[in-house]
Amino acid sequence: MGAQLRVYKRRIRSVTATKKITKAMEMIAASRVVKAQRKVAASTPYATELTRAVAAVATGSNTKHPLTTEAENPSRAAVLLLTSDRGLAGAFNSNAIKAAEQLTERLEREGKQVETYIVGRRGVAHYNFRERKIAASFTGFTDDPTYADAKKVAAPLIEAIRKETADGGVDELHIVYTEFVSMMTQTALDARLLPLRVDEVAQEARPKGELLPLYDFEPSAEDVLDALLPRYVESRVYNALLQSAASKHAATRRAMKSATDNAGELIETLTRLANQARQADITQEISEIVGGASALADATAGSDR
Amino acid sequence: MAAELHVELVAADRQVWSGEATLVVARTTSGDIGVMPGHQPLLGVLESGPVTIRTSDGGTVVAAVHGGFISFADDKLSLLAEVAELADEIDVQRTEQELARAKAEADTDAERRADVRLRAAAAR
Repeated sequence: MGAQLRVYKRRIRSVTATKKITKAMEMIAASRVVKAQRKVAASTPYATELTRAVAAVATGSNTKHPLTTEAENPSRAAVLLLTSDRGLAGAFNSNAIKAAEQLTERLEREGKQVETYIVGRRGVAHYNFRERKIAASFTGFTDDPTYADAKKVAAPLIEAIRKETADGGVDELHIVYTEFVSMMTQTALDARLLPLRVDEVAQEARPKGELLPLYDFEPSAEDVLDALLPRYVESRVYNALLQSAASKHAATRRAMKSATDNAGELIETLTRLANQARQADITQEISEIVGGASALADATAGSDR
Repeated sequence: MAAELHVELVAADRQVWSGEATLVVARTTSGDIGVMPGHQPLLGVLESGPVTIRTSDGGTVVAAVHGGFISFADDKLSLLAEVAELADEIDVQRTEQELARAKAEADTDAERRADVRLRAAAAR
């Protein structure tokens, strides 16, 4: 066998192995998307009921709570960025990071100091490489987040917003995550969690513009709101984590699908080249034989003379 | 009039129970509260403890709720809890072991959780 042909054969073998791996990863990601979507759906009843309750207290009472009133001169803001632990997901992480950077820039233009909280090794690595400060980071659960993880992430945020700004607390809380729109579309977006935009929450809870009933609060409106808001933040963070996980798996599936397709194309091209090389080898061999035979014939004819 | 209220018991990551009921008894921070159809709109903070639901077909559902909220309006009652378990789902033996372990390790949170579970299981 010719050297050229052997090289092609070897490359085809290696690309075939890669294709098998990417195909497997694609299938794993596809099954994980479904699982993650199911988790999003399972967490929805709690989130909607909680939103309703928050809207009810926020609109139904005149309570002034630090978490629902805007600071007069907000000077510090916290940004929570959700990325994934592992890559191989196309532009998933870079889109989320880009969205966070745009938000940070916007907030800084408004004169606010930004504290960054990051979920996922990819985001942490990005920030560490550029030697930017991270207030806190959380890793190890982005593929399959649980409510306990969301609590863990939300705890320092809630603490920061409760603290006075002068003592290192923050006035605003923003979150950047990747919304799972559909299997094909995921968009990185930012949202302000706190202070609460009361009318927006009310809109969400009662989209048809019905009136919320006048609630009797037990033990009091302040206490209820005090207990509700941390849960609200946790539930929002949980929802964002789940959506981010679903988006990550969808992005991985898409990236792996195109990798599989590319590998298939590459194998086709390499097979063609290998065939050509084989054919060239054969042609050369024939012409060598023919050449050799005629040379031999010429030599014999010469000695006869 | 068939007076009944619609109950949704939801935990953070799943819907635990939903159905029609005639009476729901839950423990708020200011004491036990019973809600029957036609109650005034209410929003309260729940203590960790058992929640008893008398279903409209005469049965009783008991659940262990670890903190959360109760909200009632228009004969719809929602019980929101970070963690909620139906009494039927609770393994008494295992919970007793958990309680013993929590006591040994002086882990008050775990002890309280195990205690709530046991009380809910005993009330079923």
